[in-house]
Amino acid sequence: MAAKVGVYICHCGINIAHTVDVEAVAQAAQDLANVTVSRDYIYMCSDPGQQLIQDDIRELGLNRVVVASCSPRMHELTFRRAVQEAGLNPYFLQIANIREQCSWVHGDRESATEKAQGIVSSAVARACLLQPLEERDVEITPAALVIGGGIAGLQAALDIADAGFKAYVVEKQATVGGHVAQLARTFPTLDNVQTLLAELVERAQAHPNIDVLTNSRVLEVDGFIGSFRVQVGSQPADSLPETTAELAVGAIIVATGFDVFDASLKPEFGYGAYENVITGLELEKRLMESEASNGASPLGDGAVKDVVFIQCVGSRDRTLGNAYCSRVCCMSTAKQAHLVRQELPDARITVFYMDVRAFGKGFEQFYDRVREERVLYRRGNPSEIYKRGDRLVARAEDTLLGKPVEVEADLVVLATGLVPRSDADEIGSLLKLSRSEDGFLMELHPKLGPVDTTTDGVFLAGCCQGPKDITDTIAQAKAAASSALIPLSVGKVRVESITCALDPLLCSGCGLCAEACIYSALALDERRNVMVANQVLCKGCGACSTACPSGAIVLNHFTPDQILAEVESVV
Amino acid sequence: MEAEQSLLERCDLWACIQCGKCTGGCPMSFKTELNIRRLIYQALLDGGVNADGMDELWDCTACGTCVLRCPKEVGPSDLIVALRTTLVDGGVIPPTIRDALTSVFRHGNPSLMPPDERADWAEALGVKDISEGADVLYFVGCIPSYDDRAQKVAKSLVKVLQKADVDFGILGVEEKCCCNEVRLVGEEGLFGYMVEEQRELFESKGVQHIITTSPHCFNTFKNEYEGLNLKVQHYTEFVAELIEQGKLTFTGELNQVITYHDPCFLGKQNGVFDEPRDIIKSIPGVEFREMDRIRDRSLCCEGGGGRMWWEGTNPEEQLATARFEEVLSVGADVMAVACPFCLLTFELAAKAGGYDEKVQVLDIMELVARAI
Amino acid sequence: MGATLVIGAGIAGMQAALDIADAGFKVYLVERDPSIGGRMAQLDETFPTLDCSSCILTPKMVSVGGHPNIELLTYSEVVQLEGDVGDFRVKVRRRPRYIDADKCTACGICAENCRLKGRIDSEFNVGMGKRSAAYVPFPQAVPLKYTIDSERCLMVQRGKCGESPPCRNACPAGAVDFDQQEEIVDLQVDSVIVATGFDPFDPHLKPEYGYGLYDNVITGLQFERLSSASGPTYGEIKLNDREINDVVFIQCVGSRDRNLGNVYCSRVCCMYTAKQAHLVREKLPDARVTVFYMDIRAFGKGFEEFYDRVREERVQYRRGNPAEIHRRGDRLVVRAEDTLLGQPVEVEADLVVLAIGLVPRADTQALAELLGLSSCEDGFFQEAHPKFRPTETDVSGVFLAGCCQGPKDIPDAVAQGKAAAASAIVIMSRSGSALTPGEE
Repeated sequence: MAAKVGVYICHCGINIAHTVDVEAVAQAAQDLANVTVSRDYIYMCSDPGQQLIQDDIRELGLNRVVVASCSPRMHELTFRRAVQEAGLNPYFLQIANIREQCSWVHGDRESATEKAQGIVSSAVARACLLQPLEERDVEITPAALVIGGGIAGLQAALDIADAGFKAYVVEKQATVGGHVAQLARTFPTLDNVQTLLAELVERAQAHPNIDVLTNSRVLEVDGFIGSFRVQVGSQPADSLPETTAELAVGAIIVATGFDVFDASLKPEFGYGAYENVITGLELEKRLMESEASNGASPLGDGAVKDVVFIQCVGSRDRTLGNAYCSRVCCMSTAKQAHLVRQELPDARITVFYMDVRAFGKGFEQFYDRVREERVLYRRGNPSEIYKRGDRLVARAEDTLLGKPVEVEADLVVLATGLVPRSDADEIGSLLKLSRSEDGFLMELHPKLGPVDTTTDGVFLAGCCQGPKDITDTIAQAKAAASSALIPLSVGKVRVESITCALDPLLCSGCGLCAEACIYSALALDERRNVMVANQVLCKGCGACSTACPSGAIVLNHFTPDQILAEVESVV
Repeated sequence: MEAEQSLLERCDLWACIQCGKCTGGCPMSFKTELNIRRLIYQALLDGGVNADGMDELWDCTACGTCVLRCPKEVGPSDLIVALRTTLVDGGVIPPTIRDALTSVFRHGNPSLMPPDERADWAEALGVKDISEGADVLYFVGCIPSYDDRAQKVAKSLVKVLQKADVDFGILGVEEKCCCNEVRLVGEEGLFGYMVEEQRELFESKGVQHIITTSPHCFNTFKNEYEGLNLKVQHYTEFVAELIEQGKLTFTGELNQVITYHDPCFLGKQNGVFDEPRDIIKSIPGVEFREMDRIRDRSLCCEGGGGRMWWEGTNPEEQLATARFEEVLSVGADVMAVACPFCLLTFELAAKAGGYDEKVQVLDIMELVARAI
Repeated sequence: MGATLVIGAGIAGMQAALDIADAGFKVYLVERDPSIGGRMAQLDETFPTLDCSSCILTPKMVSVGGHPNIELLTYSEVVQLEGDVGDFRVKVRRRPRYIDADKCTACGICAENCRLKGRIDSEFNVGMGKRSAAYVPFPQAVPLKYTIDSERCLMVQRGKCGESPPCRNACPAGAVDFDQQEEIVDLQVDSVIVATGFDPFDPHLKPEYGYGLYDNVITGLQFERLSSASGPTYGEIKLNDREINDVVFIQCVGSRDRNLGNVYCSRVCCMYTAKQAHLVREKLPDARVTVFYMDIRAFGKGFEEFYDRVREERVQYRRGNPAEIHRRGDRLVVRAEDTLLGQPVEVEADLVVLAIGLVPRADTQALAELLGLSSCEDGFFQEAHPKFRPTETDVSGVFLAGCCQGPKDIPDAVAQGKAAAASAIVIMSRSGSALTPGEE
């Protein structure tokens, strides 16, 4: 059937029209081969604009549509829906981007108009060769896997379970609660962390829709969104052999948390060498134990008169490769300084800092409060700690004095940062997740997709994506739950239609395509010795088709003849 | 140590985050060693500051910019006053300031003037003594009582009040220094003693409403006299009301270009910005022009906080110079002021800097008196 | 049928609405302004990734506008809420646009012909551009329908606009309709998500910086418009015809300030300033760029790295909170103490950008009363628990998302929007009421 193309040039208000002569572009398109009709309109994406296209499809029998407007990222879906409503296959639509790639980046009207005409003519050439594609849905197993039983994992599991779906929580340790179980008090509210955590843990453990698997780890993940098959190994005690079970889930939430920075990597602070140089977490432990025992002071028998806190140990440090800020240390130090002040009303408490990052709700107020409790904040990043007699000496420049100083201390507390888990790579490769430059797991988009990933059906929660406090972790966990609840609630999910097509007659089974594919969509059919493509996993990126030495793989909707037609029309 | 700790807490220095907004705004920081942010830091580090030999502490004009600017409500100038107190208590104090304090104690004024001559300026003006009973007490202040130049301001104000039929009286020879600067140079004991005396005096005269010539008197009565339950106004507030209510009308006009300099104790410290301008603008014939550094961003004349009695560590470099340049840049003939300190410091600086031929420094009341 | 009311269609509200709608539930999305999009639509590039803000936002707006499960009520306000979780009854006031949305083709002829054309400050361009009384806030508005600003329109205000209103005469679609009345819409929903956002701090309240007095002292939000390719200068950093050689940024304007009662940190200003400093460097390679700060709070993912990058692009960070700005000749002088030098300094500038903070919306208290919520000491809405229940409130079935609960950046607002959506989905799932796909 011969192509009958309709071409629609959008003014985008003045966004396109002020640099491109849209009427001239429409006029020129009229003369192109196979073009039945060509029009311009102020906003093609508006309801009347879409109506215009639909009427033409019905009345003029158009079978291809070219819309020359903004980037396809904006309105391709809008126009696909519009042509579909008028009875065309949605993939018979071609967008010509004459805004971002033309009017917004050029000033000269004449040459911009000429370029827009070129863009439109190549879109028309391509449109004539477009093939219909099929839209496909996959069914969703109504259950989710949550990897990690810290507060992020527990909260995500609770939301999923509360919405009526099964949630499996797989936790490596013998107990859930994660790092939060090691904290005494929250900042800035000074709540007892363990009471709050206990409520969360009890709710999760008692929930009929939640299975908590402790002493367990994920061994293998197969499948794709809607139907993942997960092998979980469990070892309730060291003496017992690991048993394996298979879970079927529709979505996966990764909430594997973080590791605490190893302070001995900063030898200048003498951690490990001096017993009274401790980490923030070790101080929390002492505070918790004394709170629990209701007894002896966590800081000993009154010998501690000078306490020095050092911020940013293992954070904001390029030499270690930890260029990032750990986000929680400023406030946990402020809180610890407050708790120490309560224990030691007369002690001198000094905090060495570079910038105090009291950014959250109530944080600045808490920082104010702690200073007013006679905690001395000194700007400077200590250079080293050594011993003089039986006391420690922290050596720093006080950058507000502009002088080097020595501060004696009986106890030095290092605000150790948060680092990616040592097994982040394992988790990453199990679920085909990438890592950001800082080593944490990478989200789909740092602004608008903070909990989604490049793998459909796999979401991130909590510190595995980057350091965060309890509040932000809970919010993210619920956010990940929301993302997971979308496919779980609907029961099916639409998968990408633009996928690769493999010609088995040309394929030699060399496997180069599989190496190129980051979605693990290609595998060797050993019986026939050819590659096969999983049409659900494939995202249509096209990496395989460029890797294939024998031209056996093409990407639908971006076939060589389509692309060549585009190129030929402009050269 | 105990006492020093209370200093840190009394001045709330622990709230300080060392942002430097105080020092950045301080009119003295660019010309002297005074750096209040660093002083606060030293106090925090050492539990106190050894002020011995810190001449720059006497440079502070108590303009209040640091207090106004501080985002953490620390009140940096409180620390300066507290440190001056330790110097006063130790007797380490510039001799001219010591003389002024002694004079306040002995004569009720800082300038060694005889108390019984305090009301001489008012002779033949028909001003009644407050003892005769009046609606308003006009608190004249030390400088307008004794200084030839400043007396013109007091006389002008009397003329204005009489023109508007205001029922007012003065304390006459019983009036004594308000002690605003006494407090600010750190002589807490004398200040406390004088507050007590004045309060009793006001009470005995049945005073309900005070207006002052000086923003310094106005400030101290309004904010520093504990237990003084009186209505206190600066004359600009009072006169602006008279004009607005139609009780004071102009008969003449002034064909001059006038600009206005905000006194720190009136503007920055007490938020009286509009009334002085309203008065000037209401004078027929006046073309009023604003300078750039006005209101919250006004310059200090360097007369406050005891600086009337001590020239400071850098007398060569005067803020008044920048002020006069600004007056000239807007093309004004007159810089109006509303404070005797500003009047005298600027007049002196005008003569020294050769600005007196281009710019006249006049009090707002002098302008008003010429047009009624 | 399970339904949720989302109040406010900025990024947090839109994200919440999309998650709920994608999960198959009904959403009523109420927005006070004529278009959805919120503050993010005004931004130029986002930190630290330097994505074009409207390029990543507008596809989302289009999805919201076209979603079969989302019913948009723009130019509307919630006026009443009764009932309980699972059965809230809501009244929404739809203000008249005086333009029939079904007829309007967004051709803009009404705006062209408006008597007030070019005389009303454009809110979208923060006063740096003008509009008519008939207007769309910005070209990518959703819905793309014109609105007649009833507070400005002569016809609405005085009942008369010349012989006959020129907008109505000119409209080729006959869409202008001054007889439109406000309308009360009744809704029944299971849960409510509050995502009403923030107000930018009014820098007039810091008179020492001379905002409003000096035309080259602008706010960070104005800078976004100035730098935006779709802004009043098409992305050129210029004011009038003055050459710009020195740019000074001042952090914490209206934040961390007890004097104003805004004791809190606004959380986004450090990074948006770093980004703006980068944009200045990009567009004015030889300019001297100075940032005055107290503490640099580069706490988020990639933030510290971005702060490093900006410094290495020759942006000078000076620690000190400027005390005042005044004029010297035709230039501005920023006075501060550089606390690392321990010396007061004067820095001359041709452009000063104030990093204004985020404050609670002016109508927070009224909305709190309407919904039975409380506010915190800082004036933002109070969450059920600041650590463990950040998006819930003391009212069962009412959730918070985004900056109405406290300042936050885009990813945190998105995460909170999704978090609130999860809570709403839980409630609607319990009543077993998901829509089957395609059904409305």
